[in-house]
Amino acid sequence: MNILKFIESFTDDNTMRSTSSRRDSFSQFGNIGKNLAFASIPFGLSALASKAMAKDITATPATPIGALQFALTLEYLENEFYAMALDHGVIPASENGGRDLKVFQQIADHEADHVKFLIAGLGGTASANFVPKPTFDFTVGGAFDPFNDYPTFLALAQAFEDTGVRAYKGQAANLITTPDLLTAALQIHSVEARHASEVRRLRGLKGWISNAERGAGMPPATQAVYDGEGVTIQAGFNTAAAFGAAAGSEAYDEPLTTQQVVDIANIFIV
Amino acid sequence: MLLTDKNFIMKNEVKIQEVNPILDSRRSFLKLSGLTMVTAGLVLAGCSDNDNDDMQDNSLPGIKNGIFDLGSGDFGVLTYAYALEQLEADFYTKVVNSSNFNTTFNDTEREVLTDLYHHEVVHRDFFKAALTLALPDPGTQLLPSLAFNYGSLNFNSRNEVLATAKALEDTGVAAYNGAGKLIKSADYLLLAGKIVSVEARHASAIRSLINPNSKDFAGDDIVSASTGLDAASNPSKILPIAGGFITTKFTAKYLP
Repeated sequence: MNILKFIESFTDDNTMRSTSSRRDSFSQFGNIGKNLAFASIPFGLSALASKAMAKDITATPATPIGALQFALTLEYLENEFYAMALDHGVIPASENGGRDLKVFQQIADHEADHVKFLIAGLGGTASANFVPKPTFDFTVGGAFDPFNDYPTFLALAQAFEDTGVRAYKGQAANLITTPDLLTAALQIHSVEARHASEVRRLRGLKGWISNAERGAGMPPATQAVYDGEGVTIQAGFNTAAAFGAAAGSEAYDEPLTTQQVVDIANIFIV
Repeated sequence: MLLTDKNFIMKNEVKIQEVNPILDSRRSFLKLSGLTMVTAGLVLAGCSDNDNDDMQDNSLPGIKNGIFDLGSGDFGVLTYAYALEQLEADFYTKVVNSSNFNTTFNDTEREVLTDLYHHEVVHRDFFKAALTLALPDPGTQLLPSLAFNYGSLNFNSRNEVLATAKALEDTGVAAYNGAGKLIKSADYLLLAGKIVSVEARHASAIRSLINPNSKDFAGDDIVSASTGLDAASNPSKILPIAGGFITTKFTAKYLP
């Protein structure tokens, strides 16, 4: 299952030991986090037994309701991730003069709003269309320590936001028959993109995705979030012709299918 | 001159001879484009009925009563997007070519603005190519290259350039978000979706340059604090804003 490759690739990631200036500021947190992460790997592996019984989510139908249910599950994930991070105090209040905490408080507020909005859109919690919140494990059985190790938190935040952008984009066609729902989904989609751009900057990256690069310091297992982003032919037009492949690919974000996103989300669902 | 200014300077009227599109050439162009055009189907249906000229006229961009109209349906939305991308591309082209670009902006700002210049030029040229392939008669139906006038905007002023960039990017996001529901073809909807999230990434970046230590990247002034939703506006609300910089006269009578 994905989780094996996921843990393996994360713990093998040399970029975790990168000594860029950006990382230096986190060195204290980073070392603690890394030690915790490595020390906890055996527990992570032992947790695989329970992961085999996990209540994985499955792909939602290609309908407007299915798209909303799918979006709600993603928003549950993001909402809980940021709420837990703020609860645990993993975001250093002094980081960048307080910028990081302001940023993630705003993102957390938006994700909470999106959950409420989508539940209402599905007809409320009593509706037959309502889907409950899955049980998340953001440590992936102990392999990660995002709520004690700030760089890990940042890396997962980037992966979730960039996934969110691609996920909503992939649902647009399922909403084409329901104009109001489509508009609302687009209005969430662009907020996810604003988030993604900012989180990437906090990690020292550009706000846009060059080729299919996950970016410095991102665990190899997050590559699934970036595979297919390097497209440079759009409806027959070569976007690389004018300024090269990086610029051409940056100018367009690519969608993920429902199943591709489900596979990513299931890594964090137990 | 700020984008919010309501004074429209519309000088250069576009003069293009209106030509009735030929059914056969339209079919071959559609085949070439490789994309399904729902509105094109409607147009073809309209063309088979000679009494129903209105439908044909409204759907297709082109000169109507002496002024270029963006049209309606998918061609209208794509032409509308092409107009907005022309503006963004022109603006950033002027920004990066301004005489004091290297001293007005720091390294980070120059990197962002140069990337945005690249992205927007690619978007503009993409729409030109896509429309040229898809329109039945691009010679008369492709929106011409527009002319722009930025008034008193000082391209050597960091604050003025960034404030204008912020307005342009936020406007672009709201425009695409509002136009999505007007698109009938899933292929074109996806293409618009691929672009709008990059515009939102831009808006976030420019906002961060202006006010880095803040939540402005997705501030309460643009993202509703109660719903977490970004802006979405119809063309009739966007064009008067963008039109403040566009001197080529055109109309959008058949877009909401």
